[in-house]
Amino acid sequence: MHMKQKQFNRSTCYKIISVIIIAILAFTFAFPLYWIIIGSFKTSAAINATTPQWWPQEWVLDNYRKLFSRQVAALWEINIPFTNISLSGPDVPAAIRWLLNTVFMAVAAMLLTCITSAMAGYALAKKRFVGRTVVFSLIVCAMALPKQVILVPLLREMASLELYNTIWAVIFPIVGWPFGVFLMKQFSEGIPGEMMEAAKIDGANEWKTFYTIALPLIKPGIGALAIFTFINSWNDYFMQLIMLTSTKNLTISLGIAKLQAENATDFGLIMAGASLAAIPIIVIFLIFQKYFTKGITMGAVKG
Amino acid sequence: MKKRKFMALTLSCVMVCTLAACGGKDAGADQTAANPAPAEKTETPAETPDAEKPADTQASAEAPSDAAQAADITLWTYPIGSWGDSATVDGLIANFNAVYPDIKVTVEYLDYTNGDDQINTAIEGNQAPDIVLEGPERLVANWGAKGLMVDLSDLWTDEAKSLIYDSVQSACRNNDGVFYEYPLCMTAHTMAINRDIFEAAGALEYLNEETGTWTTENFQKAVQAVYDYGQSNVGAVYCSGQGGDQGTRALVNNLYGGTFTNAEHTEYTANSDENIKALELLKSMDGINFDASIAGGDEINMFCNGTFAMAFCWNVSQEKNNLENINFEVLPMAFPSEDGVPKLCGGIWGFGIFDNGDPAKIQAAKTFIDFMANDEKQVVESVKASNYWPVKDLGNIYEGDELMTEYAKFVEYMGDYYQVVGGWAEARTAWWNMLQQIGSGSEVKTAVEEFVTTANTAAAAQ
Amino acid sequence: MAKNNGSNSMSKALVRRETMAGYAFMLPSLIFFLGFVIYPMVQCVFTSFFDATMNREDIFIGFANYVELFQDKVFLGALKNTVIIVVISVPVTCIFSLWVSSVIYDLAGPACSAFRCIFYLPVVTGSVAVAVVWKWMFNNYYGIFNYIGTSTGIIEKNINWLGDEKFALGCIILILLTTSVGQPIVLYVSALNNVDQSLVEAAEVDGATKFQCFWKIKWAQIMPTTLYILVITTINSFQCFALIQLLTSGGPNHSTDTIMYYIYYNAFKLYRYGYGNAMGVVLAIIIALLSAVQFKMTESK
Repeated sequence: MHMKQKQFNRSTCYKIISVIIIAILAFTFAFPLYWIIIGSFKTSAAINATTPQWWPQEWVLDNYRKLFSRQVAALWEINIPFTNISLSGPDVPAAIRWLLNTVFMAVAAMLLTCITSAMAGYALAKKRFVGRTVVFSLIVCAMALPKQVILVPLLREMASLELYNTIWAVIFPIVGWPFGVFLMKQFSEGIPGEMMEAAKIDGANEWKTFYTIALPLIKPGIGALAIFTFINSWNDYFMQLIMLTSTKNLTISLGIAKLQAENATDFGLIMAGASLAAIPIIVIFLIFQKYFTKGITMGAVKG
Repeated sequence: MKKRKFMALTLSCVMVCTLAACGGKDAGADQTAANPAPAEKTETPAETPDAEKPADTQASAEAPSDAAQAADITLWTYPIGSWGDSATVDGLIANFNAVYPDIKVTVEYLDYTNGDDQINTAIEGNQAPDIVLEGPERLVANWGAKGLMVDLSDLWTDEAKSLIYDSVQSACRNNDGVFYEYPLCMTAHTMAINRDIFEAAGALEYLNEETGTWTTENFQKAVQAVYDYGQSNVGAVYCSGQGGDQGTRALVNNLYGGTFTNAEHTEYTANSDENIKALELLKSMDGINFDASIAGGDEINMFCNGTFAMAFCWNVSQEKNNLENINFEVLPMAFPSEDGVPKLCGGIWGFGIFDNGDPAKIQAAKTFIDFMANDEKQVVESVKASNYWPVKDLGNIYEGDELMTEYAKFVEYMGDYYQVVGGWAEARTAWWNMLQQIGSGSEVKTAVEEFVTTANTAAAAQ
Repeated sequence: MAKNNGSNSMSKALVRRETMAGYAFMLPSLIFFLGFVIYPMVQCVFTSFFDATMNREDIFIGFANYVELFQDKVFLGALKNTVIIVVISVPVTCIFSLWVSSVIYDLAGPACSAFRCIFYLPVVTGSVAVAVVWKWMFNNYYGIFNYIGTSTGIIEKNINWLGDEKFALGCIILILLTTSVGQPIVLYVSALNNVDQSLVEAAEVDGATKFQCFWKIKWAQIMPTTLYILVITTINSFQCFALIQLLTSGGPNHSTDTIMYYIYYNAFKLYRYGYGNAMGVVLAIIIALLSAVQFKMTESK
C-alpha cells in the first residue's frame, strides 16, 4: 500500500511538472501569433526599438492604413467566356481583393477535390475494374511528391492552356494531387457490400448506388478531406508564387510575401499584412475546431 | 441507366471546361487574340510615329486619333525613384492617355528581391509584360541576349542618337549594335553616411565634405572612429540576394582601384589582386559586417532608421524617398579609393519591349516609350519622377532643387558601364554567393576564384 | 469474389460493366491527376535529358544533367540539407508530439482541447505569416531572440541567426517544428483516448509500472497512428519551401539550400530548366522509394 502511494506521488509529480513545461511551450507556440497581431498595431519607433515592447505603449492603425492605401484592385472580375465582355466591381484596396482571391481559391479547390476524390475513391474501393491496381499504385507513388519537382513543366503547361496568371492554375494542381483519392478510397472500403448489393437488387443504377448508399456513409471522410484541402490550399504558397503575377490575381500569402520583399524592414506593415492573412483562417479554425480535430483524426485512422 | 451515367460524365467534362474558360485572363490578351485583323491594320499608319518630333503636344494630339491604334499594353516597372509608386505613375499615364486615349496601360510594380523571378516565370508563362522599365544589365545583357526583346532601332532615330549621351548609347545596345533599351534617366550610385554620428565620433575630419570624396586610408580611420565611438554596426556588406549589389561591387572595386570586368566587357576580373586586397580589408574591419540576412533595400531602411552609420546602396532617389523616415543629416559620399578619385557605378534606366508576337502591342508600346522619353514636356516629368538625371541635355530640370544639386557633383565620377558583360545574370547570383562565402569565413582568394570561374563560364556560354 | 462463381461469359460482361463504371467514376479525378500531375511528371523526365533554357530550342544531351548533378557541390549540399531536415524534424516531431499528447490526453476536456488548439495554431496561421514573423524575431538588429539572449547573458553579442552558416539551418528546422507538431498532437491525443482501457487495467492489476504499461500496451495500439504521422511529417519536411525562400533564399553560402529550393533557383535564377528537372527526377525517385517503404510498413502492420 505504501509502495503504491509513493508511486502515485511520483507520477503525479511528473505529471504536474510536465503540464507546466507544456504550458510554457504552448505559450511560446502562441507567441509568434501574438507578436504578429501586436506588431501590427505598433508605431514604427516601437517596432525598431532595440528593447522590444511586449505590450505596445501606443496603439496605432498606421500600419493598416499604409497597407490599405498601397494599391487598388477591382473587388471582383468576371470574364464571360467566349466574349470580350468582362465585368468588374468597384476598386478596393488590393489586400481585400487578395483575401477574396484566396477564399475563392480555397473553396473552389475544396469543392472540386471533394467531388472528384469521393467518386474516384469509391470506384477504387468498390469497383473491380481493369487497371485498378496500376492506377492505385500510380496514386500512392505520386502522393508524396513535392510539387516543386514538376515546376517548369507545369508552368509551361499552364502557359499553353492560357491558364497562367489565373487562379485556376493554382487550383487544378491541388485538385490533381491524389491524396484525396487515396483518403476516400480508404473510407470507401468500409461501405458494406451487402448494402450495395441490396440497392442493386432494388434496381438502383451505379450512380444512384453511389449517391444514396455510399455517399452518406463516407460523408465524415469528405468532411475531413474538405478541411485538409481548405487549409492546404490556403497555405499553398509555392504554386501561387509560380503561377500568379498580376497584382489583382495575387493571393493573400503571396501579397504578404511581396510586401516583405518590397519593404523588408517595415515590420509593422508586414505584420499588418500577416494579421490579415492569418486571422480569417484562424477564426475559421476556431469556429470549426471540433470538426477539424475530428476530421484530422478520422483521416488518419482510416488512412 | 446508361443515360444517367453519360450525363454525369458530360456534366463533369462541362464543369472542367467552363472552369477553364472563365479563368480571369488578362483582358488585354483576350481582346487582341479575338480581333487580329484591326490590330494589323493599324500597323501601317503607326509606322511613322507622329510624336517623334513633337513641336508641341497639340500636333501629336491630333495625329494618333486617325491612327486609332487601340491596344492594351502592360508596363512593369522596378522601383526606380517614384516610378515604383502608383500615384506618380498613374499621373504619368494620365498624361499619356490624354494624348492617346485608345491605348490602355496596365502597370505592375516589381521589387528588386523577386522582380526577376517574377518576369522570368511570366516569360515562361507566355505573359511577359509589353514594356519593362529597367537598365541595360537586364534589358540588353539578359533578356535581350536571350532574344526576348524587340529591336528598338526605329526609336533610335538619328536625332535621338545625336541627343543621347554616347556612354548611355553604347550601354543600350548589344555588341552587334542592336538597341534593346530606350533610355530615360541615369544616376551615379554613391554611398552615404550618417553625418550626425560621424560628427559625434569625430570622424568628419577624414572626409572631404565639399567634394564628397575620401581615400581608402581615411575611410578605414573613419570607420574605426565611429566603431570606437560605440556604433558597433557601422556598415554592412549585405549579401542575402542580388538586390543593390552595385553598392558592394563599387565598394570593392574602388578601395584599391580594381575593376569588375576587363575593358572590353568580355571577361570578369574580380579576382585581381586589388579586389582581393579590398575584400580582405573589408573582412578585417571592425564595424563592417558581411551580413547574409539583408539585401540592399534592407540596408537602406536600416541606414535610414539609424541602425547603420553608413549605406553602400545609395543614390539621390533613396534620400528623396526616405526623407520623412530620416531624422539625421545624410551626407552622400563617393566610394573611397586610394587616390580619392572614385569611379562610380552608373545606373541607366529606360524602356525595353518584350516581343510578345503582337505587332499592334509592340507599336503601342513604342508609342508609349516615345511619348514618355521624347515628348518635350513629358520627358521632363518622366525623368523627374525617377529622381535621376536625364540621358540627354534637357537644361537644368532640377533648378532650385538643393538635393539634386548636391548629388549632381557625383555624376562626373561615373565610371565604366560594365554591366553589359555576358553572363550577367549568373554573375550577379555568383557575386552575392561569393560575399556570403567570405562572410562565413572562406578564404577570400578561393571564393573570388570560384566566382570568376562561374561568371566567365556563363559569359563564354553566351 | 463474385465473378469467379459465374460462367465465363457472365464474368466477362461483369468485368466490362465494372470497368466502365469504374472509369466513369474515376474520370473527373483522372483528368486532373493525369493532366496536372502525371503529364508534367512525364515532361519533367523527358526534359531532364535536354539542355533546356529560356527561349531556345532544347538540346539533347543524354545523361549529362545527371552526371553533372552528382558532381555539383551545391546540389550535394542541398541533398545533405534536405536529409538533415528530414532526419531531425521527423523523429523530433514524433517524439515531442507523443510526449505532449501523453501528458495532455487525460486532462480535463477544456484544458486538453485548449492545448491541442494552441499547438495547432501555427499550422493554420500559414507558412508566409509564420515566416515573416520569425524573420523579425530572428533579426540581427532588433529581433527579440538577440534581445532576450543578450539581456539574460546567454549570448555575448548579437547573433545573426539567419545570416550565419552555423545557425541558419537550425533556425529553419526550429520553425518547421513549430508548424508541424500540431497535427501529430491531435492524432496522438485521439489515439491515446482510443486505447483499450481494459487491457491497461489488466496490466496494472498484474503489477506493470506506468512506463511498462505505456510501452507494452499503448505503444502497440497507437502504432498505426505513429506510422501515419511518420508519413505526413516526412512529406511536410520534404516540402519545406516557403520558409527557405522567404527567410534565407538558400543562404548563407548555400547552408540552407534544399533540393526544393535549388530546383527553383536553377529554373528562375539560372534558367537551367533541364538541369532543374533532372534534380526533380532524382528527388521524385527518392521520395517514391521512401513512401513505398513506408506504405509497405503500414500495410504489414
